Order: sequence, then structure tokens, then C-alpha cells
Amino acid sequence: MAAISFQNVVKRYGTAKSPVQVIHNLSADVEHGEFVVIVGPSGCGKSTLLRMVAGLEEITDGAISIGDRVVNNLEPAERDIAMVFQNYALYPHMSVFDNMAYGLKIARVPKDEIRARVEKAAGILELMPYLDRKPRALSGGQRQRVAMGRAIVRQPQVFLFDEPLSNLDAKLRAQTRLEIQKLHRELGITSLFVTHDQVEAMTLAQRMIVMNGGVMEQFGTPEEVYSKPATTFVASFIGSPPMNLLNSAAGVEAGTILGVRPEHLDFADDGWEAQVYAVELLGAERLVYCQLNQDTLIVRIHEDQACPAVGEAVRVKPRADRTHRFDASTGKRRS
Amino acid sequence: MSMIERRPGLTVLSHLVLILGVLIVAFPVYVTIVASTQTTAQIMQNTPMSLLPGEHALETYRLALFGGETEAGGRINPAWPMMWVSLVTALLISFGKIAISILSAFAIVYFRFPLRGLIFWMIFITLMLPVEVRIGPTYGVVASLGMLNSYAGLTIPLIASATATFLFRQFFLTVPDELVEAARMDGAGPMRFFWDILLPLSRTSIAALFVIQFIYGWNQYLWPLLVTTKEDMYPVVLGIRRLISGDAYTEWNVVMATAMLAMLPPALVVILMQKWFVKGLVDSEK
Repeated sequence: MAAISFQNVVKRYGTAKSPVQVIHNLSADVEHGEFVVIVGPSGCGKSTLLRMVAGLEEITDGAISIGDRVVNNLEPAERDIAMVFQNYALYPHMSVFDNMAYGLKIARVPKDEIRARVEKAAGILELMPYLDRKPRALSGGQRQRVAMGRAIVRQPQVFLFDEPLSNLDAKLRAQTRLEIQKLHRELGITSLFVTHDQVEAMTLAQRMIVMNGGVMEQFGTPEEVYSKPATTFVASFIGSPPMNLLNSAAGVEAGTILGVRPEHLDFADDGWEAQVYAVELLGAERLVYCQLNQDTLIVRIHEDQACPAVGEAVRVKPRADRTHRFDASTGKRRS
Repeated sequence: MSMIERRPGLTVLSHLVLILGVLIVAFPVYVTIVASTQTTAQIMQNTPMSLLPGEHALETYRLALFGGETEAGGRINPAWPMMWVSLVTALLISFGKIAISILSAFAIVYFRFPLRGLIFWMIFITLMLPVEVRIGPTYGVVASLGMLNSYAGLTIPLIASATATFLFRQFFLTVPDELVEAARMDGAGPMRFFWDILLPLSRTSIAALFVIQFIYGWNQYLWPLLVTTKEDMYPVVLGIRRLISGDAYTEWNVVMATAMLAMLPPALVVILMQKWFVKGLVDSEK
């Protein structure tokens, strides 16, 4: 196990004349044994960042260290890490056992120990009955577990996960999420987990890195990211439906954006005047879409609360201490 | 899928067409077999020749395979040493072609080196020239290297193959990048990746190429005609030709028997490797 540290990491593609920068000067410290999720929309550089840790992408500038070693110039196999790929990347012609054992065979681990380690991992992942099967004879969930098994048997210092749940159906995804959590509790290995799914990020992360356009927007616990978003991007990316970002409501100073989450708005007589233009029932709750001057506003209410009709004029009020103020030009948090 | 209409008339017609096709393809082979079971005299005296099998199969095939004197006093050279030459040549050509082309495709797809694109196009452009165009200069090279009348001379000039290189390249391009990356994470170097992962994944392509190249190598006529002058280096295809142009009158039954013998190994390869083709089609693993 080891800490991972990013120091002013930069990634550029392309030629010297027309470089494309995909990671901008990123610095962060992941602690020993921590489970960190890197989340962001597609194309934000999150996978590139992970692949730089893995050694599959070169680091243009800056340094990445694992433990106390700078790994910039180390081959992937020398970094003492293991990776779970999005499409699992199992070797199709090898049995489940051989898939898991391949890395150990190359590392010249003695045969008895390979068998012991693979069987232990297979036991944890409930893969014992499938050790002789080829990957094509397994279901998606089982393949995913083999991919995790291949990572576990290496006993690496760091686990890297590249959207490992995105090919599973919703039910299996929720179940595997819990399994990954349990696994991390048992093994305590430092993990980096890339996803574009904010639910996965919120549920799995001890801390999360929110990325946008190659920039780290925020690095904090899920609670911090949710209750104190550092930028308007984080505010609108985390939380569903996203935070309301208002600049035309009464009482919002010029040059400021006021953020309020839909669940922190109530209908009250002394609130802002707004017009309801749509209502959605989600089951346990309703989303009320209102027009407030030039802004749209979403109010989340419980299904048993009184609900205004479409077209009705309402008054909406944010709860005290639950508003966020951002700079309109930079998008950065003010208070 | 389109609907398939069941009409008895159509079924009968399509069967007729198919049976006719089979007959047209099979008839020459049948004539060859029948002729190889009769004596030369029977073939020459009956016009047209009888289409019923004769009773001299064993002695004709023995004569074709092991050589000896004919009834008319002619000498027949044994076919088995020529078949051996053909077999060695065909195997060397097919394994050589597969080895060379799979390695060059591996280099072109997985390594970044200067002038990679140019080199690929240089290999590819050789496809545009038919063998006959360069057969003269190639003969000159082989002759001056002293490779006439040798297996090296028979095989090496035929081993380089743009077609096979291109085929393997196309296959390698379909292997997912994640597999390469997983192997790198597992600590497999380039050659280890080639042996442990790429080669097993390519086995159906290799099997297909082997069949094609074996037949190609076995059926070489023009090139062996140029580079062999000694009898012990003649392949069997040349041997058939020599039986016909002999100074005594042609022993057609022996010619036909030798033709049958020459057809057997390629047919055997196709029949044996057919299973691999089907396996390759059924297993969609990648």
C-alpha cells in the first residue's frame, strides 16, 4: 500500500506546433489506503489521468509518485499497481485461472504460491466453480469479477479502476459497488476509481476529485463536494437534479451567482415570485419546474406535500445557510 | 432475414442445378480415377475410353509410386521422391510465409519506428506486380547465390508475402488495445505478448493461411521448372509433365495415377483443416 502524489502534472498531445493540453497542472495527494474516485464528464481527462498513473500514457510534465518513488519513467509492470479495465480485457484464450495467474507467472512466482493466491482471490470473489472456464462462458458480472481477481492476486500497492461498472446492468452495478466497498475494507489497498457516474462517485469515494476540461475543480469528501462545491461546475455536476444557479433573483448582487439545491427550496409567502411550468413525479418526490425572471428553478418536494398546479404563480424561498455564492466571471465559490 | 418460400417445383429445380454442378466438377476427377485403373492399351484402343473402372489399379499405382519398366519397355521414374520434394517445399513455403508475415505484421501494427508507414506501403505495393514480371531477375539472383537445385532456391523466393502480411495486419488491428495494455500491466514484454496472446488468438487465421499457402506451394510449376535441373529436386507436378513428354509413347494410366497421387496431399490438408475453419467461425473470441 502506498500514497499517490500528483505534482503539477501536465498532459499534452499533438505536435509542438499545435499541442492539445488535456491535463492542466494538476496537484493532489492521495493518502495511503484511501479510496479516491475521479469523476467528471466525458473528455474531462479523468481516464488520461488514471492511465498516466498506470504507465499507459506518458507524463508530459510534472511528477507522479507512488509511495516514495517517482514513477514517471517506470514501466507499468514495475509500478506495483493493478488495473481493472472498462471492458475487462480478459485474455479470451486462457481459462479464468490462467487469466488471474498470468501476471504472477511472468513475475516468476512459484507455482504453489500462484495456486494459493489465485484460489484465495477466487474464494473472495466467489469464482471457485469457474476457474477452468474460458471468459466467453461467463456472464458480464462474472467477467468483471475475474478482472478484479486478476488485480487482487498481484497484491499491488495501488488498484486502478477505469469505469469498471459501466458495462453492467443497473442491478448488478449496485451490487458490485457494494462488493468493491467490502473488498476495499478488507484489503485496505489505495485505490483510484474513474467514473462519469456521480452516484458511483458519491457512494464509493472516501474523497473524490471532480474534473472538468482537464482541470481539477475540487478534491474533497463527498460531503464537502456536495455541501460546499468549490465551483459552479461542481455545483451543477454533483447532485441530481443539479443545483439551481441564479443570477436574476431578487437579492442576488451583481457579479454573483446564487446557488440553491432543489431540496433546499420551500414554498413560502415571503419568497421569490415564480411561475410553475412543469411538474414531474419521480415516486417518493416531485420536481417542480418554475420560471424565475430569466432563470429556471427546480424545487424538490415530497410526494405527500401540497403541489402547485402548472401555470400557477408561487413564491419560493431558499432555506437559510443552504445557499452558495459563486463569482459570476470565474465560477469560483465565494461563501 | 428474408422469407423463404417453400415451393416443391423450386426445390426440385435447385437440386437439379446443384447436382449438375457437382457432376461437372467431379467428372474429370472420375475420368482420371477410371483411367488410372486401366492399362495403357485399354485406354488407347477404346475410343471413347470406357468409363467403367478397370482391374489394374494396384499395379498402375505401384508403378507410378515406385517406378519400373512398363510392358511396352518404357522406364517410369518413381513418384514418391518427387512427392517428398513437393511436401518439403510446400511445408517450407507455408510455414516460412506464416512466420515472416506474422512477424512483419506484428512490427507494423505494434511498434512505432521511423518510416513505418512507408515500409508498410512498400510491402503492400509488391501486391501490384505479378510474380511473372520479376521471375527473370529473381532467377538471376537465385542462380548467382548458387541456390539452383536446392530447397532454398525452391522456397526462399516464394516466402515473402504481402498478402499474408496484410491479412495478419488486418487481424491485429481488430485485437482490442485494452488487451495489449492488460498484458503490459501484467509485465509481458513485446515478444512475450506475441507468443502468449497474439499467436494463440491468431490460430484460426494461421490455419486458413496454412491451407492456402500449402496448396500454393504444392502446385508451383513455373518456378521449379526454372530453378531445378536435377531429377532428385523435381516436384511431383513437374513429374507429371515429364511423363507426358517422354520419348516412348505416353503411359496414360500412369500419368493419371500420378495426377491422383499429386492431388491427395492438398486434398488431405483441406479436409483436415476444415474443422479449424468451422471452429474459427463458431468461436467468436477476441
